[in-house]
Amino acid sequence: MSVRVYDIAHARAGDKGNTSNISVTAYDEAGWQTIHRELTTERVLAHFRHLGAGPVRRYELPQLRALNFVIENALGGGVTRSLAIDPHGKSLSAWMLMIDLPGHNEGAA
Amino acid sequence: MAPTKIRIGCGAGFSDDRIPPGVEIVERGELDYLAMECLAERTIARETLDRAKDPTKGYTPVLLERMEAIMPPALKRGIKIVTNMGAANPMGAANILRKHAPDWGCPDYSCAVVRGDEVTDIMRAHPELALMEDGAPLESLLPRMASANAYLGADVVAQGFATGADLVITGRVADPALFLGPMLHAFGWSYDDYAKLANGTLAGHLLECSGQLTGGCFADPGKKEVEDLAGLGYPLADVWADGRVEISKTPGSGGRLDIATCTEQLLYEMHDPTAYITPDCVLDASGVSFRQLAKDRVALDGARGKPRTATYKVVVGYFDGYMGSGEMGFAGTNAVARAKLGIEVVKERLRRRGLTYSEMRIDLIGMNSLHANDAALAPEPYEVRLRIAARTTDKKAAEAVGAEVRSLHMQGPTGAGGGVNFGARQILAVKSVLIPREWVKPEIVMERAA
Repeated sequence: MSVRVYDIAHARAGDKGNTSNISVTAYDEAGWQTIHRELTTERVLAHFRHLGAGPVRRYELPQLRALNFVIENALGGGVTRSLAIDPHGKSLSAWMLMIDLPGHNEGAA
Repeated sequence: MAPTKIRIGCGAGFSDDRIPPGVEIVERGELDYLAMECLAERTIARETLDRAKDPTKGYTPVLLERMEAIMPPALKRGIKIVTNMGAANPMGAANILRKHAPDWGCPDYSCAVVRGDEVTDIMRAHPELALMEDGAPLESLLPRMASANAYLGADVVAQGFATGADLVITGRVADPALFLGPMLHAFGWSYDDYAKLANGTLAGHLLECSGQLTGGCFADPGKKEVEDLAGLGYPLADVWADGRVEISKTPGSGGRLDIATCTEQLLYEMHDPTAYITPDCVLDASGVSFRQLAKDRVALDGARGKPRTATYKVVVGYFDGYMGSGEMGFAGTNAVARAKLGIEVVKERLRRRGLTYSEMRIDLIGMNSLHANDAALAPEPYEVRLRIAARTTDKKAAEAVGAEVRSLHMQGPTGAGGGVNFGARQILAVKSVLIPREWVKPEIVMERAA
C-alpha cells in the first residue's frame, strides 16, 4: 500500500548557504524499511525540483532509522540573499513529509 | 586538581533567543559553565557596520539585556560563562559590561576577550582565494566586502578560561567550540585526543541551538506531542573527564528530550555525517546512537574523531543590493483572483515608473509562499495575502515595491486590507573561503588591561 512519509517518519530542516539539509527519521522499523527502500534521491529530487533544487545527496544512519538529505540550490540563492518568505527553508521539512511512497508494509519488522 | 565531571548548560541558541529559559537553567541547572551562542552566519557583518559608525559598538545588540539577566545569578553561583556576543567587537562588549555590571550587583569578576577572528586585511591581501560556493575568485567580492571572520576553535576558549576568567567573550568561534572549550580547560584534554574532541564536539553540536534539542522545532499536535512547550527548558550536558557525555535539561522545565529529539538535532545542518568539519576536529557522527537513561536524560555513544584540517573557514559578508517587499490581504468570494489582479497592477505600476529589478518573487500566502508549490493545485482558501519581493541595486526602486503594494488599499482591487510595506532592506550576503591556519593569530586579552 502507499503511504505518505508524514505517516511513518518525522523531519527537520536546516540550512547552510543555498543548501537545505533535511533529515527524515522513521517512527518504527516498518517505517524505516519503507523510507530506506523508497525515499530515494530521485524521488526527493523530483519533489523539490520546482525550487530549482539539485543535486541531492542521501546519507543513511540505520542505527537511528534516519536518512539525511542534502539538497543543493533549494533556498532561492541562499539564506542571506533569498527573496523567499522562509529564507532558511525551515518549513521544507513539512514539504518532505508530503511525499507519497509505494510499498509500505505495516507488519514489517 | 582537574574535576572528574563538569556540567555545561546552553543559555542561548541565537542572538534573539528567549532569555527566561537562560535564567532558569542558571538558577536550577547546577551548572559549572554556561555557553551562549548568539552569532548567525551573517549577523557579524551587520555588527561590523555598526562598529564602523560607532567604534564602541559592534557587539550583539541584545548583549546588555541578556547579561543583566544572566550574569548576576551565574556569578553568584560560580558559573563560568562563555559567549560569542562580542561579535565584531569583543573588547567593546567587555568594556560596556564592566560599565554596567556593578549596577547589576556584579562589581568584581574577571573577563577574558578572544580577538583575532577578524581577517579582512588577510582577505584584501589574497584576492586569489577561491570562494567555496562557486569557485570564483574572492576578488569579485572585495569591493563590496563588509566583514570577514575566521571560525576559531575551542583552543582559544580554553585559553580564555585558563586566565582564571569568570567570563570569556569571543567574536566568531565555531558554535560547538563554545562547549568544547570549557571541557578542554576543565579536564586538560590534549588538543590531539580526537576521541574526546569528537565527544565534546558532538555535545556542543547538539546543545548549541538551545531549545531545538529539548522539544523546540518538534511538536506536531496529535502526532508528536511535547509536554509544556511554553515552558521549554534549555539543554545541559554532563561531561566526564574520560569523554563520556549525558544530555539533560533544566530540572522541572517543559519540553522533551529523548532519542527522537536528539536524532533530529544531530542531523540538523550536519550535511555529511561522516565528516562534520569544525576547527577542532572532523567529527564522524555516522555511528552515533542515543540511550535513554531516564526521562529527559540521554547518553551519547559512537562519536568518532578525525584530525582537524589545516585550514580555517572564513565567512565573508558583502553588500548585495537591496530587497523591497510588501503584503496585502484579500478574503471572501473571489479573493484569489483579486489578489492576482493586485499583483499585476503593482508590477505594471513599477514598470510604468521605469523601475527594474534583477529578481522578483510573487507569493500567495496561504497557498504557495513557503514551498513555492503550484498554486493552481492548492485548494482556494477563504483568505489569501499577496506578497511581492524584489531585488535591485537601487534603494529607491526597492522602496517602491512595498509602497505600491500598500497603495492597493485605495487604488487596487476591491476589499484589499491589512497591507504592510516592509520597506527596503540592504542585503548582506555571505560567502566562504578557506585559509591556512597559520595566517590567523588569535590572542587572549584581559579586559582589565584594555
